[in-house]
Order: sequence, then C-alpha cells, then structure tokens
Amino acid sequence: MKLLTHNILTSKCLKGVTVGYPLGIVAKEVKVNEVDFNPEFISRMIQKVDWPALCKAAENLGHTDELPPTVVDDYENNEEFLKKAHHFLMEIEVMNGDLVCPETGRKFPVTDGIPNMLANEDEV
Amino acid sequence: MSGRPEHQAPPEIFYGEDEARKYSRNTRMMEIQLTMSERAVELLCLPENQPCHLLDLGCGSGLSGETLTEQGHIWTGVDISSAMLGVAKEREVEGDLLLGDLGQGLPFRAGAFDGAISISALQWLEFFKVRYFNNYCLIFHLIDCRLCNADQRSHNPAKRLYIFFSSLYSCLSRGSRAIFQFYPENSSQVELITSQAMKAGFTGGLVVDYPNSTKAKKFFLCLMTGGQQPLPAALGVDSREDAPNHVAFSQKRDRVKQLRSGKAPKKSRDWILEKKERRRRQGKETRDDSKFTGRKRPSHVW
Repeated sequence: MKLLTHNILTSKCLKGVTVGYPLGIVAKEVKVNEVDFNPEFISRMIQKVDWPALCKAAENLGHTDELPPTVVDDYENNEEFLKKAHHFLMEIEVMNGDLVCPETGRKFPVTDGIPNMLANEDEV
Repeated sequence: MSGRPEHQAPPEIFYGEDEARKYSRNTRMMEIQLTMSERAVELLCLPENQPCHLLDLGCGSGLSGETLTEQGHIWTGVDISSAMLGVAKEREVEGDLLLGDLGQGLPFRAGAFDGAISISALQWLEFFKVRYFNNYCLIFHLIDCRLCNADQRSHNPAKRLYIFFSSLYSCLSRGSRAIFQFYPENSSQVELITSQAMKAGFTGGLVVDYPNSTKAKKFFLCLMTGGQQPLPAALGVDSREDAPNHVAFSQKRDRVKQLRSGKAPKKSRDWILEKKERRRRQGKETRDDSKFTGRKRPSHVW
C-alpha cells in the first residue's frame, strides 16, 4: 500500500464512525521502490492530498521532519519539493502492519501490501 | 444449474485459488478483458495525455488494471477475492490493491479519484441468490463462517447497491465518470442497478456496443457526476461496422477449410463410406454397404 493510497483511505464505512480519517499506521514491514517520476501527476495529486495526513503517515513510518510541514508556494515549479512528495507518495510501500481507525481503534491488517478493509456484518 | 457464475457461489469463493489462476491464464479471456478495458477507458473521456488517478472496481487479478497502467494512469483496485488479488500481486501489477466488499461502501475520501472503471464485476454485487445458500451452508458451514455474510448479503441487494453507488459518487471528483462493463441477467437487474445509481446522484445510462450480435454485444453502464450529459455513441450500431470478426465468421471459415482439405465434410454419405473402407482396411468387422448406408434420418422431434 503506497502512502498515496493511505492518504485517501478512511474507515467511514464502519458504523459509528463520523470521519474516520486519517488512519494511523502501525508498520511491521516497509518497502522502498523506484517509481518513475511524473511531475505533472504529482503536482495534480498535491492538490488532492491531505498534506498534514501525509506528514503524520511519514512520521508513523519513522521519517520525521523529512517532509516540509506545509505545501510550499509555487510547488508546481519546485522540482525538489515535487521529488520529495513523489518519494513519499509513490515510492514508500507498507507491506505488513495495521491501519488504525482514529475513532474506534479498529485495526485493518495489511498483508503483503494489501490492506484488508472488509468489515464484519455487525460493523456496517 | 444456471451457467452464470454468480449463481453458483459468492465471488470470493467462486474465485478461489484454482479459478483465479485459470481466469488469468486463459488467453481468450485476457483478450476480451483487454478490449473491454480499453473501451471502458475510452468511455471515461479523460483529458488527453494526462495521467489520472483511477479506481478499478472488482479489479480481480489485475487484467483491466494493466490497461490503465499502459495508458499512463495511476490506479487503485478493490476486490473481494483474496485469491484473485494474490494472482495480481504475482503478476506484479502497478496499481495498489485493496481487499474489500463493494457493497459495504468504498472507504475513500471525497473527490479522491478522476474516474473509475469496472470490468465484469457489477453482476456479482447484488449477489448470492438465496436458493443456493442452503446447499453451500451445509458444505461450507464448518470451513468458512464468513459465508454467513452471504446470507445477509442476499437480504438487500438494493441497499448494497445504493451504499456502493453513493460512496462511489462521493469519492469521485466532480465531472468525472464511472464506467461499468457487466453482463446483465435480465432487464429488472439493469433497472435495479440503474435506479440505485441515479438515487445516489449519478446521471448517465447504458451504452450497448454491437447490439445486433449475440456474441459481441457488450453492456457499459456509463455514470457521470457532472450533471446531465449526452451518452457516448455505441459501437456497431451502424450496420456497416462489423462486430469483431474473431467471433462473427468462425463457422464460415470452418466450412471453407473443410472443402479445401479434399476430404468429405463430416457425417455426409461419402464420409461414412470412406470411414467404412478405412475400417475394412484395418481388418475391423464392418457391415456391408447398401442403399440404406448414410440415408437421411428423420430429425428428432422432442
């Protein structure tokens, strides 16, 4: 699961959850891949990405202070910033661990890179 | 039993490990999936030359997702069968995969995606006709108690569809589309699916490619979020446009091949006489030829 995907995941399908975002990450295994850098795509994604949630996710994985706390002005032309964003969004993959709902504490296991978002019948 | 797979078992059981592997190795299946995926992306009407963030609903083993990657997009796939997702992982697809039940709603933030496609998955959603439940309950009762979910799933397909469509509507960015290629069982199923989608806020409708060809006919449910828009044109409606010919002309080709091979066509009187000659040469006991050999028989009347 890439951090881009984590950034859009919520637990709001569960009963009793209002926002369910962002999900905490307890990672047991993380992989770093090399992914082609597409500045146009990253610029567009930055508009959609919840930046504080991305920083928090990076922190959960042990990369504190590697990302600027807010999106810089004129980021479309700031290649260094885009490359950093690209690295965190697209190249870091959580392989094993858990995602944690911030409201109920319910854990969604991540196995072999695939989060299990299936809810039990009594949870929906 | 009906030939439709979704009448036999819920998708995560039907697509267990063996079936998942078979599905992804069948080249004809792969070819069809590829064509349908390309058509679905075409119907998405995405801005040209722009990599988009797309959702693949019922992504299975990643056949459709590969088309998305090929066209330069970044995608996330959701499927309920862990065996199918396992095959996708083995095939090292580029998209991120999620194990989830579409009928429980999509767990995504508002406006997360620029579009969504779904190939051959929608008919599984309302799923699991109750009459099969009892058989499977006995067989699988001890093995997989998640089957109990299937019972609940059968209670309210309309609700599951609505939960799915409304969560999809919210996670799509305004102006984007969701294209579903699926195999409708009957018109009331189409009606149910379409009405729940409209209730969830979508506009759009059904596009039927090659409507006059039984084999090539394909149904695409085109849902839009940007308000009322004209539906894209279907393929093969103009009679000059032929349905893909790997399907339409196969019988004709076979007949021509037979005539050219110099042998008599199967089951004709000449063929029968030749075969009897062959048996005599092999020394097998053969009835004598007579005026009744290979006579026309009255056709069966049941």
